[in-house]
Amino acid sequence: MSRLRRIAVKAVTSVVVIVAAASVTFFAQLAVPGDRANTLMNLQTGQDKKWSVDELAPLNERFGFDDPVIVQYLDYVTGLFHGDLGTSYTQKRPVTEVIGGQLLPSLTLTGAALLVAWALALGITLLTVKRGRFLTSLGTTWEALTASLPHYWVGVVLLVVFAVQLRVFPIIGGTSALGTVLPVLTLAIPLAGFLGQVTRDEFEQVLQQPFVTTARTRGMSDLGVRVQHVLRHAILPAITLSGWALGALVSGAVIAENIFGRPGIGQVLVTAVNTRDLPTVSGIVLVVAAIYVVANLLVDLAYAIVDPRLRAA
Amino acid sequence: MSTLTVTRAVHLPKVGTVLSLLVVAFVVAAALVPGLLVDGSPTAIDLKSTLEAPSWAHPFGTDDAGRDLFTRVVHGARESLGIGLGATALAFVIAIGLGFTAALAGRVVDAAITRVLEVAFAFPALLLALLVIAVRGPSLATSIAAVGIGSAPGYARMIRGQVLAVRQAGFIEAAAALGHGWFTVIRRHLFPNAMRPLVAVATLGVGQSIVWASALSFLGLGVAPPSSEWGALLDAGRLHITTSWWLEILPGVVIVLVAISVTSLGRTLQNRLGGAAR
Repeated sequence: MSRLRRIAVKAVTSVVVIVAAASVTFFAQLAVPGDRANTLMNLQTGQDKKWSVDELAPLNERFGFDDPVIVQYLDYVTGLFHGDLGTSYTQKRPVTEVIGGQLLPSLTLTGAALLVAWALALGITLLTVKRGRFLTSLGTTWEALTASLPHYWVGVVLLVVFAVQLRVFPIIGGTSALGTVLPVLTLAIPLAGFLGQVTRDEFEQVLQQPFVTTARTRGMSDLGVRVQHVLRHAILPAITLSGWALGALVSGAVIAENIFGRPGIGQVLVTAVNTRDLPTVSGIVLVVAAIYVVANLLVDLAYAIVDPRLRAA
Repeated sequence: MSTLTVTRAVHLPKVGTVLSLLVVAFVVAAALVPGLLVDGSPTAIDLKSTLEAPSWAHPFGTDDAGRDLFTRVVHGARESLGIGLGATALAFVIAIGLGFTAALAGRVVDAAITRVLEVAFAFPALLLALLVIAVRGPSLATSIAAVGIGSAPGYARMIRGQVLAVRQAGFIEAAAALGHGWFTVIRRHLFPNAMRPLVAVATLGVGQSIVWASALSFLGLGVAPPSSEWGALLDAGRLHITTSWWLEILPGVVIVLVAISVTSLGRTLQNRLGGAAR
């Protein structure tokens, strides 16, 4: 029963989150200085002037700019739940169409980056925690350094070193497998440093627990203790952080796509911000919000799988 | 073994702290009096020496108009640091408002604000910032607003927690019992005590804000290129990335160095002041 209730609460808050995000994007669209129809007309004709009421009438009619704000708001929010994200100002087609095809490359990029970051973080933690002063400080220094590197700089350095100088990878990768390596590393390296710092702290504490000593007295090998007993505990906080990490990954993806000329919502987003195409910007913000909500539900599930104590509750 | 590690742990950061202080002092000097560190104008065009690799005459090389990159980086410090400070200040003003309201205005308000903050905190900061830029159009002021608004939710959460903790303290009760009005109690007792641990957090925030603002310029959505703000330098250098690596790598090294130095100073401050705010 309590479990059902927890799921219900989660579902309701998820909807609240989406509606809250939608309210923010809706009022952001209203907050653009100047008359929206006039701005739109200028965008579409490439001119910069004040249009007459008659000239703007079709636009006002089409986008419903003359309706009371509350009506526009309700239209917008109910539209969202029907899968309608509005119409792009510059491309004059539904935002869902503009974003649709770009979503998969971005998801591939962030998903792969999350996996690689986890592999890097766990690998480095397993190898360097409590392994003597030299290895340990090597590990902590690497983590502290990479965790504070901005995405764009990691991307640029990787690009210069591996694409321009060594020519191992293409400079403009597109969505090919080879071209995906550098963007993934761009996102994964700083994230791995961050996750590593968290798992390391936890790992050190768990290594001092009585059950670790017990396992060792049973004659278990050091690696066995680390993998079978300690790892499970140490990754709990990092799983919680993965939900948060998704936010950092999305921010990073916008930058990585930009550096490597990789198609994706990041590219669309930067263009849309540049042309002040607010429906498209809002649409992307909302799609990301939805993905974020789903991801956090998944994190809850993952938590229950790793920590059996939660399954009983 | 434990004593050994402890003494090392105390000694090592000192070197780091001194180095960080040097870096920060250099940047502050560059921001206040750039002429002291370099002579020559950051926009002096020299078409005879375009895209030259780093040398003694041009330690950071030159760009496509023959402008000395080191001079440009030094002169860019004012804008970068200014954005960092401005954005952090704005973020704190918003965060103090939200955090204190949430902590003091009763359960319903608290629940509402806390929920919104939780969502906004986890939401990609870059997307919030880009939404602000889409509304206002790119400029220096927009960069400050975008980064400030993007980073406010995190601080607001910490401030709320601090206020809730300090409110329990005996001296608050004592002040109220002495008959001081609620405003006086907040101003004289609650505010200073709740905010003290956040001094270190604010220091960390300046470093992060500089990085975020430069990311916006890097995307071409921050301060526009004639400026030598560090992110704008990176953006301008991208055209020549296949031939002139220094235009891209070296300003990046400066940003990373400054960010790491400010972070390490913030951490030191946090340890000194005690009570890590989370």
